[in-house]
Amino acid sequence: MSLTSYFMEATYLVASILFILSLRMMSHPETARRGMFLAEGGMFAAIVGTLVGTHIVTWVWIIAGLTLGSIIGAWMAISVPMTAMPQRTALSHAFGALAAALVGIGEFIVHANEMGAVTRGALGFEVMLGALTTTGSLIAAGKLQGVIAGKPVQFRGQNAINLLIALAMISSFILFWIHPETVVAFYTMLGLAFVFGVMLVIPIGSADMPVVMSLLNSYAGLAAAATGFVLGNNVLIIAGTLDGFSGFILSVLMCKAMNRSITNVLFGGFGAVIAEASHTNAGGVMREISLDDAAMQLAFANRVVFVPGYGLATAQAQHACRELGELLEGRGVTVKYAIHPVAGRMPGHMNVLLAEANVPYSSLYEMEQINPEFPSTDVAVVIGANDVVNPDARDNPKSLIAGMPILEVDRAKSVIVLKRGQGRGFSGLENPLFFKPCTTMLYGDAKSSLSHLAQAVQHV
Amino acid sequence: MNPAVLIASVYVFALAAFLGYQVISRVPPLLHTPLMSATNAISGISLIGSLVLAGAVHYPLGAHILGFVAVTTATINVVGGFGITDRMLKMFGKRKSESKEAAK
Repeated sequence: MSLTSYFMEATYLVASILFILSLRMMSHPETARRGMFLAEGGMFAAIVGTLVGTHIVTWVWIIAGLTLGSIIGAWMAISVPMTAMPQRTALSHAFGALAAALVGIGEFIVHANEMGAVTRGALGFEVMLGALTTTGSLIAAGKLQGVIAGKPVQFRGQNAINLLIALAMISSFILFWIHPETVVAFYTMLGLAFVFGVMLVIPIGSADMPVVMSLLNSYAGLAAAATGFVLGNNVLIIAGTLDGFSGFILSVLMCKAMNRSITNVLFGGFGAVIAEASHTNAGGVMREISLDDAAMQLAFANRVVFVPGYGLATAQAQHACRELGELLEGRGVTVKYAIHPVAGRMPGHMNVLLAEANVPYSSLYEMEQINPEFPSTDVAVVIGANDVVNPDARDNPKSLIAGMPILEVDRAKSVIVLKRGQGRGFSGLENPLFFKPCTTMLYGDAKSSLSHLAQAVQHV
Repeated sequence: MNPAVLIASVYVFALAAFLGYQVISRVPPLLHTPLMSATNAISGISLIGSLVLAGAVHYPLGAHILGFVAVTTATINVVGGFGITDRMLKMFGKRKSESKEAAK
């Protein structure tokens, strides 16, 4: 081994340690940012190490790629609004997975004939996972951005067709593994993986996006780890595995928060069942409340809890929400924010939006922390959330979302629901909360409702 | 890949998985979005594989071009991922320091 190779391996070791440390520092918002600087340093070291340690002859492509990538990356980092974070993240899963798939294809072109069986197996995994994550993530990003309809796309025999595609893909993989000289098998596998990624995500509705995002995160990471096996590169294995496991842990958490299994999310087709399901007997009248009455209720409350949902994000109402909260705090009201784990379109989405609006993170409460406090809460304000506050999940074992843990706002002394109209939520379920005697409805766009409420509170 | 290297790689994979589970379980739900974008940026380390493909000796032009695309997308992830993670984490730190100053 030459001196430069030793240097390269040393930078990889340093990078691995820094990556792990940085994730360790993610455990607290005060240290998280400093942790990321460590990770950035590690990344920089590994890149320099690679450029020094490998025999690079053609710099043109490298410089072109680094420049173009940096420009696009920097532009995305600066310009993407916080409400579009789910789309951006989905897109970055696609990019990461594509890079892994392309490296795999390149390795195939260059070294196909001299690879051992193990490396070939890893290569197959890398290319399959990479390709299906690329198209799957692109579909997810399209759905989140609204370019593709968010509704689940379903047809008869869908699961059978998907199974066929998966089997064909795996057969081509095995064929390629046994006979590496069959180039056709490799490219068939690649093509089928691209198709399979699309098929995997189109039947999934927008409300299930937090799970899908986490799963794609996991696949993208594992594809990178497989790249590490192919190239015999430990830092790739470590970073990819960390990413893969992070995605996996988040998937499990999101599924728990919806009381559903991963298979149910992937193959259940949540949206389709609704039409047949009997609507619960939650009939009755929704009582509307006027702005002034709502403002009065809030202004004279002792404890107020805001419950934001995806509706807050679509209405860009996070700043208006914080203003109202601050006004109330100025009057001596205790204001808290209750965050359901699957509120929004990706894990932690609501926290980021409220942090953007300058809500201190010490006011953000997780479901387990806030639920015991609802009985002593005077007013719970539900902003564009529906299923995560649906008491049917707790009380009605026949409900489609039965068993899903909810924010128990119905135990508060009174509830004000901000809603665009009288329609149902994303799952299409009737919500008995809206018909409770303690609940009143305030219709209209969340942002204008909140800012009007703030004005009205000032005049109380 | 010879057996010794394979076994070492499997060790690295298993230990990284174990460590990842330990470390990431401690991240509060508050920071799950930054966590996802951070791990994404970190796995942009596949950039180093792309660099080799884009510029190494004796590689055909096709490989260089694939490498170029891979370098581009991986760099987008690294630069964009770290940039946006930092933007988010800045927001989580910001308010507290302000209120501290106000308290003084």
